[in-house]
Amino acid sequence: MSSISFPRAGALARLGSLRIPVRPGTAVPLLIVLLVTVAAIAPGVLTHRSPTAIDIEHTLLPPSLSHPFGTDDAGRDLYTRVVYGARESLGIGLGATGLAMSIALLLGFIAGLAGGLVDVVINRILEVAFAFPVLLLALLLIAIYGPSLTTEIVAVGIGSAPGYARMVRGQVLNVRKAAYVEAAAALGHRRHAVVRRHLFPNAMRPLVAMITLGVGQSIVWASGLAFLGLGVAPPSPEWGALLDYGREYITTSWWLEIMPGLVIVLVALSVTALGRTLQHRLEGAAR
Amino acid sequence: MTEVAVTEQIAVDTATGTPLLTVANLRVSFGETEVVKGISFTARLGRCLAIVGESGSGKSVTARTLVGLTGPGSQVHADKIDLAGADLTRQSERSWRAIRGRQIGFILQDALVSLDQLRRVGDEVAEPLKLHGWGTRASRSRKAVELLSSVGVPEPEVKARQRPYELSGGLRQRALIASAIALDPKLIVADEPTTALDVTIQAQVLDLLAESKAGGTSIILISHDLSVVARLADEVIVMRAGEVVEHGTAHQVLHQPRHEYTRALLDAIPSEHTRGTRLVPAAAAPGGTTPPYPPAKPDVSEKVVPRTRKAIDRDRPVLQARNITQVFRGPDKVDRAVVDDVSFELFAGETLGIVGESGSGKTTSARIVLALLRPTSGDVLLHGQQWSALSLAQRQPLRKQIGVIYQDPLSYFDPRWPVGRILTDALSTGKRPPSSSAEARARAIRLLEQVGLGEQHLASAPLRLSGGQRQRVSIARALAPEPEVIVCDEPVSALDVSIQAQVLDLLTGLQDELGVGYLFISHDLGVIHHMSDRILVMKDGRVVESGTADEVFERPQDPYTQRLLTALPRLAQAS
Repeated sequence: MSSISFPRAGALARLGSLRIPVRPGTAVPLLIVLLVTVAAIAPGVLTHRSPTAIDIEHTLLPPSLSHPFGTDDAGRDLYTRVVYGARESLGIGLGATGLAMSIALLLGFIAGLAGGLVDVVINRILEVAFAFPVLLLALLLIAIYGPSLTTEIVAVGIGSAPGYARMVRGQVLNVRKAAYVEAAAALGHRRHAVVRRHLFPNAMRPLVAMITLGVGQSIVWASGLAFLGLGVAPPSPEWGALLDYGREYITTSWWLEIMPGLVIVLVALSVTALGRTLQHRLEGAAR
Repeated sequence: MTEVAVTEQIAVDTATGTPLLTVANLRVSFGETEVVKGISFTARLGRCLAIVGESGSGKSVTARTLVGLTGPGSQVHADKIDLAGADLTRQSERSWRAIRGRQIGFILQDALVSLDQLRRVGDEVAEPLKLHGWGTRASRSRKAVELLSSVGVPEPEVKARQRPYELSGGLRQRALIASAIALDPKLIVADEPTTALDVTIQAQVLDLLAESKAGGTSIILISHDLSVVARLADEVIVMRAGEVVEHGTAHQVLHQPRHEYTRALLDAIPSEHTRGTRLVPAAAAPGGTTPPYPPAKPDVSEKVVPRTRKAIDRDRPVLQARNITQVFRGPDKVDRAVVDDVSFELFAGETLGIVGESGSGKTTSARIVLALLRPTSGDVLLHGQQWSALSLAQRQPLRKQIGVIYQDPLSYFDPRWPVGRILTDALSTGKRPPSSSAEARARAIRLLEQVGLGEQHLASAPLRLSGGQRQRVSIARALAPEPEVIVCDEPVSALDVSIQAQVLDLLTGLQDELGVGYLFISHDLGVIHHMSDRILVMKDGRVVESGTADEVFERPQDPYTQRLLTALPRLAQAS
């Protein structure tokens, strides 16, 4: 169809209903996610220190005004390290979710659209993948390729793909049965046009919120792996790596463990809260 | 058709019968919105009081208030709600539970959602007995079987052990009635008790309620359907937007309505008498934002303006179904013919009505005609050429010749698309796809105007339109590719009677203007008679009778058709 410039008030009204209201339950998570995004893009904005600047005079200082998160055994400012770690942590979250979603969309759409034997085969594969613990899969990959950012992304991504794939497939099956898909066929649209114009966008709709939820989940997964020493190596300020590093000092310098831990929890919570809000709004808008 | 002679019937004095429930100045509001604005009535023993109105009239809220189920967020005020001496305005939730079931029986529209799917029918029927501490477990289950038997459920012992989803709609509704009358309440409040039922089942349920009434029970019947009301009510209240517009004996309200709204409602009912005429006077011809009812007509004769139709070309059928049969294999591996050897022809500019009850194969036939389903045997020709047996790719360019309108248009619109996109998309599949976006827009507006909407609706999301407006958009979409035939599958079944009248008028008007042929499917005999030139009556997948509308309705040959017509409630039955 030729693109026609209607004042798309329908779409706007729907977007309007998505407008995040200023409630503390939404505003605070939004602020936190915004801060983390800034930290990932331009960490210099949030701190004037360098994450690797060693200061032998001020090692293992507890949190204070000049060092809000305290310092580590090399005198590095922990707050600065957390800010600089945001890029890797968020990168893992987005990368892993992106990878998981790509696999899921591919498998889910093939299974949902093809049906029959293809569907059965893909479903069995997904079931096997489901039965396989994600941690074990991650260990396997890391054992083969060694711990690195990429391995971590791939491990978490592949690990969470089957869940999304099943969701996508279910969504495709649902939309396929939808009356408006039949109406489009009755109108004389070709099959690929129906898939492109109705099936794909409508099946994707609820997944937007799932992706947001997935990012928070992936950050937690990645931190867990790093904490076990299976993620990014400690000199990096990635949040999981900070946790791993702080483990040795947990009895004497609690802030090395608690501060990065709190940040991970807060960010994961915020992203999840936003995802839920988005999910409710989208479901509401989708009648 | 013979009308019951009404002349000898003396108007029933509304004051006969002992008053059981007296309601004075009842007001119900939700937040700031008042939905019932001060209504008063008295229900009497052995009589039926009907409250009629369209959606949003406040009739259901009134019914729910009478059983203390108005719902959260509601404020109920009344000068008096008196049930045999007990003041219902001051009841705790606890004391309401003692009243519901024992003193007031409540029957809801949809028995499938009103009965617990996981419990046996017998247990559901015995539930009020149990709640009110009646008898023992064994005596209750015996009583449940008795009750089921008394409401005419065949094999009550068997049915009592089954679960609601294993029963047909009619049986479920009867089980619900059995449960409502279990403790022999003096008052039954029935909210649209037959709306979801086929006409023959509806007749049985109405008979059942009439029996209760004859036994001295007081019935408050809530309905949108004036013909149903005519069959049972002694006294009628017509509500609109929370207010009583008319209140009188059934005979007076249905035959000598004093209020213009009542008259408009009665006129809007399609039937054999309205065929070939408009249901809504031309002066009140609807736009998208017409008042919810047509204004009064100064003179009845004005309505009988015959349609100016295009001639029906009876030489070449547009659509031909030849012996179509659709067999589905059930879960028990037994093949059942849902459509069995059905043949018909539809000519340009003609309306062929298909009428039948649920499960008669109407919709399956429609899907075969639309080539959304490949018949097991037989075929469909479009303009004398093969249609149903074509491959997908061969059929695709021919689709523009046949359009479709559904009962529930909303689910047939992509939820993301505004009206304008829906229409331009349909235009692009048509015989003359628009060459520019400006042309597409102009033609979309023209389509909207044709169906009584306007440019301002282009950007609307279908979700935010009213039911009538949605059906208009759906008609505009069907017209967009300029088809010769439109399959209308229960197009007005979900609409209020006045909106239904507007949509039916729109369809006939478009036929006069464009010469499009309709395959018109409905369970509603009045609508079918009003719309159709020729009629097929279907039962269990077979065509049991066919002929011109008047032949079928006035001289039905098949016993099933005769039964259907007898079961049909008519206004003339009002006593």
